[in-house]
Amino acid sequence: MNIPVTPGDLLAIGPISVMFAGALVVLLAESIFRNGEAWNRWLALAGFLAAGTVAFLNTGWSGVAFGGTVATGGFANYCAIVYASAGALSVLLSTDYLRKTGIAFGEYYALLMIAVLGMMLMGAALDLVVFFLGLETMSIAFYVLAAFARSQGTSNESGLKYFLLGAFATGFLLYGIALVYGTTGTTSIPLIRDKAPSLIGTPVFTIGLALILIGLLFKIAAVPFHMWAPDVYEGAPTPVSGFMATGGKAAAFAAFLVLFRPEVLGGEKGLRDVIAVVAAASMIFGNVVAIAQSSIKRMLAYSSIAHAGYILVGVVAANATGANGVLFYLMAYTVMNIGAFGVLAMVENGAGENLHFEDYAGLSAQAPVLSLMMALFMFSLAGVPPFAGFFGKYYVFAGAIQAGYTWLAIVGVLMSVVSAYYYLRLVVMMYFTAASASPRRVGKSSAGLLALGIAVAALVYLGLFPSTIIDVTSRFF
Amino acid sequence: MSVPLPYYLGLSAVLFAIGVIGVLTRRNVIVVFMSIELMLNSVNLTLVAYSSFLGDVSGQALVFFVMAVAAAEAAVGLALVIALFRNKQTVNIDQINILKW
Repeated sequence: MNIPVTPGDLLAIGPISVMFAGALVVLLAESIFRNGEAWNRWLALAGFLAAGTVAFLNTGWSGVAFGGTVATGGFANYCAIVYASAGALSVLLSTDYLRKTGIAFGEYYALLMIAVLGMMLMGAALDLVVFFLGLETMSIAFYVLAAFARSQGTSNESGLKYFLLGAFATGFLLYGIALVYGTTGTTSIPLIRDKAPSLIGTPVFTIGLALILIGLLFKIAAVPFHMWAPDVYEGAPTPVSGFMATGGKAAAFAAFLVLFRPEVLGGEKGLRDVIAVVAAASMIFGNVVAIAQSSIKRMLAYSSIAHAGYILVGVVAANATGANGVLFYLMAYTVMNIGAFGVLAMVENGAGENLHFEDYAGLSAQAPVLSLMMALFMFSLAGVPPFAGFFGKYYVFAGAIQAGYTWLAIVGVLMSVVSAYYYLRLVVMMYFTAASASPRRVGKSSAGLLALGIAVAALVYLGLFPSTIIDVTSRFF
Repeated sequence: MSVPLPYYLGLSAVLFAIGVIGVLTRRNVIVVFMSIELMLNSVNLTLVAYSSFLGDVSGQALVFFVMAVAAAEAAVGLALVIALFRNKQTVNIDQINILKW
């Protein structure tokens, strides 16, 4: 194994290099400037925008760097754009929230950037070693971010739970990587894909793939590896929950698309059926349990389990329609879910209150713009047609029907109907319920409103012109 | 004379299983954490055995990355445990229950 490293390689993985340099600059700025937090906010935003722009300019072509261990351009850059937008929106939504909860420390932004760096590495990985390093870079940053409000019991508990279960899942993932390496003799993902057809039915190879699958299912919070998600998302600072639920999920799904290509899944029929059952279980469990929640943050956590199920349907399909659907869904889910958590972060007060359904009674009279945006995010999450969420579901279900998994698409559509109940319940609360007696203070953050406005615009644009994304992604498969 | 590959794989599978059982049954966060480290080290043993058996060095290279990541995880994990102890004066998993488990 000889990996030549040239300066050209660092340029080829542009977004990753920018993210890495940006994270170092932000860490240094924290110690150099007296008001590091204020500087870091803008430095981090500039870093995400720069990485996103570099990625956007280079989506047209694709190649490899570092001796074929990292993919460049195309698919990797599309993923980089999704993660950079998640990061940029999170920065804008975090500034006010950090100040009011008293955790405005500059490291927060460095950690966001390091997490995005890890996600980009996962999306670009063509080698199991790179994939593992990207996953861990992302996860370790997430453990710290979840526990960022370290004096609050809930945040502390959330970080520790995520850490213990995340490290546990890492153990399974690594054991899977070791077994796949042992049976194929290589860690290169394209070579493993080439060798997969001849190894189908070898127990050790199948067990290895299954263990890697467990590690990834844990990261996307699919049933039965979901038990951490509600607690972690509820306890973590609200903008962090939104960031973990979207970026972290998108990174794991990018790895799914790279590792479990049709040539692997097509042969491993048993594994594919297992993923199909996991997808159905996630959709049913997530949606049904979300109905019973009184905290909106926890409701969104269960809804994220359900959405992991919807996106998995596209993975099970293992065809071009399904894969395009997954990539489109990831972009749509990122804007709508960060938006929903962003509204929560603005309505929440410094003590972590105003997170329940009844706290939103009559919100439309007090904060009409915020309520309208929240309603649009809820419609999109429920999959109401003119918004992006609808087309995400449409493509993944169409892919499943093409692949002969009609039953899975039917479960998905039925569960979308169920989900409309709890999403619309919030809309009814905001618009058709009288406000409670106790006055509620709604945060007015212009940066946050800007981020929410961008998210709404993206939601409507993607819903009206889904082909702008699909035209790009269909070139990857 | 050399020890055949299945012996190594069997030993590491047993170590891995001990680690999993430790995580699931022990109640002290530090011991749970040590069990996770045992899982990672059993994976390292598997990787080194395969690497030597296949005559390919990339498995051993991965072992170094695993050790580095385990060290980073230990730093973050122990910091979280210290923060927990400052908040609640306990490191027992059953008492980490503000959020519904």
